[in-house]
Amino acid sequence: MKFDRMRLVPALAITALLCSATTAAQPAPAAPIMQPGAPGTPSREITAEQSLELGRSHYTPADARFMQHMIVHHGQAVEMGALIEARTTNHGVRLLGQRIALSQAAEIDMMRTWLSRRGEPNGMPEHGGHHMAAAGSMPSTTPLMPGMLSPAQMTELAAAEGRQFDQFFLTGMIEHHQGAIGMVEALLAEPGGGEDPEISEFLNAIIADQSTEILRMRTMLAEIG
Amino acid sequence: MNYLNCTASIAALALGLTACSQPANEPTETTDTAATATIEYAPAPSREGLTAGFRDAGTAIWNMELLHEVPTPAGFNDPEAMWAPAVEMALHTAMEAGEEVARPPSPISFANTDIAFSGNRIVLGNWHGFNVFEAEGDAAPELILSVVCPGGQGDVSIRGNLVFRSVEDNRGRLGCSGVAIEGEVSAERFRGVQIFDISDVSAPRQVAAVQTCRGSHTHTLVPHPSDPNVLYIYNSATSGVRPAEELDICSDGEPDENPDTALYSIDIIRVALDAPEQAAIIERPRLFADSETGEIAGLSAGGAIAGQEREASTTDQCHDITVYPEAGLAAGACSGNGILIDIQDPEHPVRISETSDPNMVYWHAAIFNNDASKIVFTDEWGGGIAARCQSGDPEHWGANIVADITADGLETRGFFKIPGEQTAVENCVAHNGGLVPVPGRDIMLQGWYSGGVSMIDFTDSDNPVEIAFFDRGPVDADELYLAGNWAAYWYNGRVYAPEIVRGLDIFRLLPSAHLSANEIAAAEAIQFDESNPQTQQRYVWPEEAVVVQAYLDQLVRAGRVAPAMAAQLRTAIDGGEASAMLTSNLAAARTAASGRDIERFQAISDWLQRAG
Repeated sequence: MKFDRMRLVPALAITALLCSATTAAQPAPAAPIMQPGAPGTPSREITAEQSLELGRSHYTPADARFMQHMIVHHGQAVEMGALIEARTTNHGVRLLGQRIALSQAAEIDMMRTWLSRRGEPNGMPEHGGHHMAAAGSMPSTTPLMPGMLSPAQMTELAAAEGRQFDQFFLTGMIEHHQGAIGMVEALLAEPGGGEDPEISEFLNAIIADQSTEILRMRTMLAEIG
Repeated sequence: MNYLNCTASIAALALGLTACSQPANEPTETTDTAATATIEYAPAPSREGLTAGFRDAGTAIWNMELLHEVPTPAGFNDPEAMWAPAVEMALHTAMEAGEEVARPPSPISFANTDIAFSGNRIVLGNWHGFNVFEAEGDAAPELILSVVCPGGQGDVSIRGNLVFRSVEDNRGRLGCSGVAIEGEVSAERFRGVQIFDISDVSAPRQVAAVQTCRGSHTHTLVPHPSDPNVLYIYNSATSGVRPAEELDICSDGEPDENPDTALYSIDIIRVALDAPEQAAIIERPRLFADSETGEIAGLSAGGAIAGQEREASTTDQCHDITVYPEAGLAAGACSGNGILIDIQDPEHPVRISETSDPNMVYWHAAIFNNDASKIVFTDEWGGGIAARCQSGDPEHWGANIVADITADGLETRGFFKIPGEQTAVENCVAHNGGLVPVPGRDIMLQGWYSGGVSMIDFTDSDNPVEIAFFDRGPVDADELYLAGNWAAYWYNGRVYAPEIVRGLDIFRLLPSAHLSANEIAAAEAIQFDESNPQTQQRYVWPEEAVVVQAYLDQLVRAGRVAPAMAAQLRTAIDGGEASAMLTSNLAAARTAASGRDIERFQAISDWLQRAG
C-alpha cells in the first residue's frame, strides 16, 4: 500500500478540532473584508467564503513530476556524500559534503511528504530506475537527469581517493547542482508551473542553497589546484 | 484563560524534568550577583516534549508572559488549506475511484508573515493580503480591516495611511483577482511592491503597483534625509527574472554575457507621499560589484582569495536589507554575503564592506545594535520549511552570526542558535527579529518559526546568550505542517510575534536574573509613533531615574559595584542627592572601568550631577 501512512484516526481528530476552532462555517467577520481592484480603482467587499475561494491555488501535474524527479536527483547527492567519510581527509570537503547530505536528505523527506499527502506517487513512473537495474553489466554512461553523474561516473568516483576524490566530488557536485537549478528553470517555464506557493518557496530555497554551494565548491576546487 | 493554565502545568512539568539548562557560555556581564540573589528565578525549562495541537499545543515559556493569542481572521483561515494534507488523503480515495476531484489548495496560501506598526495599529502581512488591528493599552487587539490580494509572501510596511506590500509569487495579479492566467506572459500578472491607501478603512484602495523584474520578496522603507514628503523603498527580490515580453526592463543571464541583467541588483523605488500613485523604480544599483574592477558579479562567498580569479558570484540578490538612517548605514543580508552599505545618499547606496562564513548558507536578515557598532545576521538554512533545530543539527548552521563593524569593515564573531530541542515535525531556523531598547546592552528578539520566540543578549559579540523564550508544540504530532513565529519585535513595551497559522502572539517581558524590572521599565520608556522593523530608529532614553537604575543593575549583576555602594547609589539616584564620598567613589570606579561599564558609570554620574 502506497498510502499506509494515511492515518485516518488523526485525520478524524483534526476534523473534530476544526469544528471547534472554526465553528462549522466561517464566522461573520469582525471587520470588512475588502478585495482591492487594480491601482486607482475601488475595492469591493467580499465574504469570508469568497476570500478563501480566491486563495485556493492548485498545483499542476508538472509540479508533481518535478518533485518526483528531484527526489531521485537529490538521492544521488546523498549517495555521493556517503562516500566522503572513507575517501578524503580534506576538512572543507568533509564539512561541505556533510551539509549537502543533511540538507538534501531533509528535502527528500519534505518532497516525499508533499507527494504522499497529495496522493501522488513517490517514485518516478516514466523512468522507473531502469538505468540501475542491469546489475553485472557495464555501468551506463548516460546520466538519468540533467547534472546527475552517470552510473559510470559514480563508479569512478567511488574508486577515487584523496585529492583525486576531492576533485571528482567537487566537479561532479557542481554539475549536479547546476542540473537541479536547470530543473527549476524548466518547471517555471511550464504553464502554471511553480505557482503553488509551497512549491514556489521550495524552488527559491533550491536556487539559493545550491547556487551558494556551487560558488563555494568552485572556490574549493581552485584551492585544490 | 485555560490556555494559561495549560502553560503553567507544562512549564511545571518541564521544570520537574530538567534540573537546569542554563547556557554554558554565559558572558561575565550577565553573571548573577547580589542584586538578584534575594529573588529565586526559575531556570530555563526544557523545550522538549511539548504536546502537539492547533489551539491547544503545549508551551514552554521563560521570562515572558503570553498576554494574547489573536487568531488569524476569518477569510484568511482556511481549514481546508491548513489541513490540506489530511483533506487530500480523503480526496485520494475519491480520485482513485475515478471521480473528478478538484486539486486541493496549498497550506501556505494563507500564511501570516511579517508585521508593521503605526500608532495603535498593527498591520499583519499574509500570503493572502493583510489584516489591520487596533490595540488600546493591554486589551486584545481588534480587527478593523482585512484586505485580500493573493500572492506571497506579503511582507508589509506602513507610513501613515499607506501600506506597502511585497508580492513575489507567480500568482500575483494586478487587480488582486487570483484568477488563472494562460501562458508564461501576461499583462495581468503582478510581481513587485503594492501601495494601498487605508485612510478610509471602509474603502481601502490600491494606489500603486510597482512591477519589478524579480518580484518583491521583502522591502524596506528608507526616509529621505531631509524631505518628509519623499520615501524610498529598497526592494529585495529573490526569484527568477521575468521575461522581457512581460516587463520590458527585464533581462536575464550572467553579467559577462548580459551587462543589463536584472540579477545582481536591488530596486530603489521613489515614492512622493502626496502622489504615491507615481511611485516608480529610479535606480537598480550594482551593490555587489567589485570595488576595484567594477565587475558586476563582484562578491564571492569565499571572499577575496589572493592570486585567484573571481568566479561568477551567487550573491546576485539581497534577501532583506535593514536600514539605520540615523547612522547613514544599511545592512544587507544578500544570499552569499552579509554586506554593510553607506546610505547617506539613499538614491546611491555604496557598499562599504562584505563578509562571508562557511557556516552561513543563506544570509537572510540583519539587525543593527543601537550604536551601530555591530550587526546580527541570520542564516535561513533550509528556507524556513525544514526542521533544522533538532538535536543532530549543527549549532552553527541555520543560526545567527554577530559581525562587529570595525575600521577594517565587518568582522564576524560568535554564533547563536536555540537549543536543538525541536522535533522533526517543527519547521525551524533563525528568522526575523529586532532590537529591544534596553540601555547599556545589546538585546534582540527573534522568531524561529516552530522554534518559537527567543530573546538574546549579544552585548558580548563572541558569546550571544538566550535570556528569555517562548516555544509552542507542533501543530500535529506526526506530520510537519508549516507553522510557527515568523518574527518577534518589540513595539512600545510589548512583544509582537506573528504566527504562520495561529495568528499573532503578544507578550510582555518578566524580570529575571538576566533582565531587571528597571531594565524592562527603561525599555518601555521608549515610545515610537511608527515602527517598521527593517527601518531601525535610534533609541534615545529619557532622563529618568529608572534608566539610571537600569545601568546600576547591570553594574551590580556584573559584580562591578559592591552591594553596600549599590544601596547608597540607589538611594542617591532616587533622591537626587549624593554625598561627596559617594561621588568620589563613583568617579574612581568610572576611571577604573572598561568597555560598556564606562557608559554605565557615566550615566549614573551625569544623573547625580544634574540632580545635584
